[in-house]
Amino acid sequence: MKTILLQGGHVVDPANQIDGISDVLIENGVIRAVGQNLEIPSGSDIRDCTGLIVTPGLIDIHVHLREPGQEYKEDLFSGLGAAAAGGFTGVACMPNTAPVIDSAPIVRDLVTRAKAVRKSRLWVIAALSKGMKNHELTEMADLKAAGAVAVSDDAYQVQDPLFLRRAMEYAAMVDLPVLLHCENTTLSEGGVMNEGVISTDLGLKGLPREAYELDVARAGLLAMLTGAKTHILHVSTRGEAELVQHFKLKGAPLTAETGPHYWCITDVAVTGYNTHAKMNPPLRTHDDCEAMADAVASGIMDAIATDHAPHAGYEKAQEFALAPFGIVGLETSLALGVTHLVKTGKVTWTRFIDAMSTQPAKIIGVDAGTLTPGKAADVTVIDPNVSWTVKASEFVSKGRNTPFDGVQLMGRAVLTIVAGEVVHG
Amino acid sequence: MATPIVGTDLLGLKGLERETLNHYLATAAEFEQIIRRDIKKVPTLRGKSVITLFYENSTRTRTSFEAAGKYMSADVINISGSTSSTTKGESLRDTFLTLQALTADCIIMRTPYSGAPEQAAAWVDVPVINAGDGMHEHPTQGLLDAYTIQKVKGPLDGLKVAIVGDVAHSRVARSNIWGLSTLGADVHIVGPNTLMPRDIHQLPVTVHNSLESGLAGADVVMVLRLQLERMNKALFPTAREYHMTFGINEATLRYAKPDAIVMHPGPMNRGLEIGGDLPDGHQSVVCQQVTSGVAVRMAALYLLLGADDIEG
Repeated sequence: MKTILLQGGHVVDPANQIDGISDVLIENGVIRAVGQNLEIPSGSDIRDCTGLIVTPGLIDIHVHLREPGQEYKEDLFSGLGAAAAGGFTGVACMPNTAPVIDSAPIVRDLVTRAKAVRKSRLWVIAALSKGMKNHELTEMADLKAAGAVAVSDDAYQVQDPLFLRRAMEYAAMVDLPVLLHCENTTLSEGGVMNEGVISTDLGLKGLPREAYELDVARAGLLAMLTGAKTHILHVSTRGEAELVQHFKLKGAPLTAETGPHYWCITDVAVTGYNTHAKMNPPLRTHDDCEAMADAVASGIMDAIATDHAPHAGYEKAQEFALAPFGIVGLETSLALGVTHLVKTGKVTWTRFIDAMSTQPAKIIGVDAGTLTPGKAADVTVIDPNVSWTVKASEFVSKGRNTPFDGVQLMGRAVLTIVAGEVVHG
Repeated sequence: MATPIVGTDLLGLKGLERETLNHYLATAAEFEQIIRRDIKKVPTLRGKSVITLFYENSTRTRTSFEAAGKYMSADVINISGSTSSTTKGESLRDTFLTLQALTADCIIMRTPYSGAPEQAAAWVDVPVINAGDGMHEHPTQGLLDAYTIQKVKGPLDGLKVAIVGDVAHSRVARSNIWGLSTLGADVHIVGPNTLMPRDIHQLPVTVHNSLESGLAGADVVMVLRLQLERMNKALFPTAREYHMTFGINEATLRYAKPDAIVMHPGPMNRGLEIGGDLPDGHQSVVCQQVTSGVAVRMAALYLLLGADDIEG
């Protein structure tokens, strides 16, 4: 019998309203007990967690692991390793791969091979439409049976409202959440960064916030109409957050996420044509950053997700307009939250862990995100006070495309445990 | 005697100090003397190789740079996008590393991609001159415009300059906004809302939607080229209406000061953004701009390549 005792840490388990010093006992891959002065089984691996935060394993429901087909950017081993290093015990991968994850065999293959990696858990998001071409529905019932946890065409957002309505009606029937990258691509056509004074100055085509807000409104209306569990991916503007709140108040089955870069850096980071500050949705303004922090604090943003999008170095070393969108996030997400949300007093530990673990699990409907005894022992131990400098060259991920290289941050995962096995630390 | 600005690049006029801009203009004046001679060739850049790398068609600017280099005895090698390795899939970075390895002393670049010269300048040590990048900047155009205005009107301080037309897509407009405002001019921009980029009012300009207010009291009217294809994107209804509302002709020019000068970076669409005969009239300095262009580009090459003496 293998047991681990996490002793004397500050346990934050939002699902069970625990926020205080406690021990966590893990036995045979399962949470056995959470409490003070627990009886220690002989032979336990005792870890002193004094001064550390012990939480349900962190979950990132929006990552690109590039398998199958783009292993030069990332693969399951590097991607799930990066997740573990960043404190994530589970991630959900997007289907924009080559080929697209739009059939059951691909889902099964990924699920099987991810287990063999023995790092972070993998949940698979399947495409909403075949080939993400927004033309024919995928076989959602079969995809679900194969293990897919949600459907999404991510950045290839369905523009035709009737097709989107049908897709959401169908997804509601098979009870798969629909994850939407909200962008009206007619209004945002050709844009490469936030539309504003910086894009005007740099002579780059802008991605107007209104293109995203318009589409969040459509998603909210269709969520009401179809009853589909609808999740808004990577919210970046104040207006989007306000629309999400509006539809939540109306009772829409709506959830939303934002990402770390949307609360701590702005489109000023693009200055100098820094392709490591190019992503879609783009970095916005200071006011939007404040809105994102507030929306995480209030829970309007249910979850935090990175949109981890690794690219090869040479792909980013191109003319700004030609470089691909996306930055890596798995190994900086936790620290960007601790540094900019928790340490600043904007967000409590409980809400932060809720957004990093409990709510993400709920959104994709997986049995995780708590330290409830009897549940699988997915646990993250965080040193909240360690100060460290981001070194992209040392990432476990193959992607080094981060705007945070060289930045000093607070807080880091010191131990990541998946099903009772230490996968990092 | 002009002091070289060796080892730097000329990527844009934004951020350049007034002193630096004046240094370029003063140096250009010395070179204008040279190109007005019977034998307009000096050995200043003998043994230096200058590469023009143009990913967009341009006769005017490329020829101007080529002439500038040749008048100073540099070896000028012209590469165009269609003959370069990009058609074989070579990246811009690899192209620049190759040109540097070929021992180029200066790379002059024209590109449809905003920011590419600035990115390229970080990849190589050789000086890079931006000969126009997308919708961003065209610094030698900005310098030649400032030079021309100063030559005809005197110091730029307090002069009212109206820039008219497609500001949104114009690198010429951006370089002039930065260059002229740094030199003390009062810069106004005039055009339809559809051709104004977002938040442009946060730049050092006053924005107008009518020629009457935009040109009032102007010393300089700078007309931007209008690309007719823009009509297809609902940016303006017809050429006819554009000319009626924003075209500069004898009638609309009356809003400006009686001695105002008219400028155009070329190539012109006569009868569209500028009246058919206006460029030939006494207020037009369009041809002077072209000559200024050669002098300014000689100055840029001289200052960036660090030759000892203007006469070599």
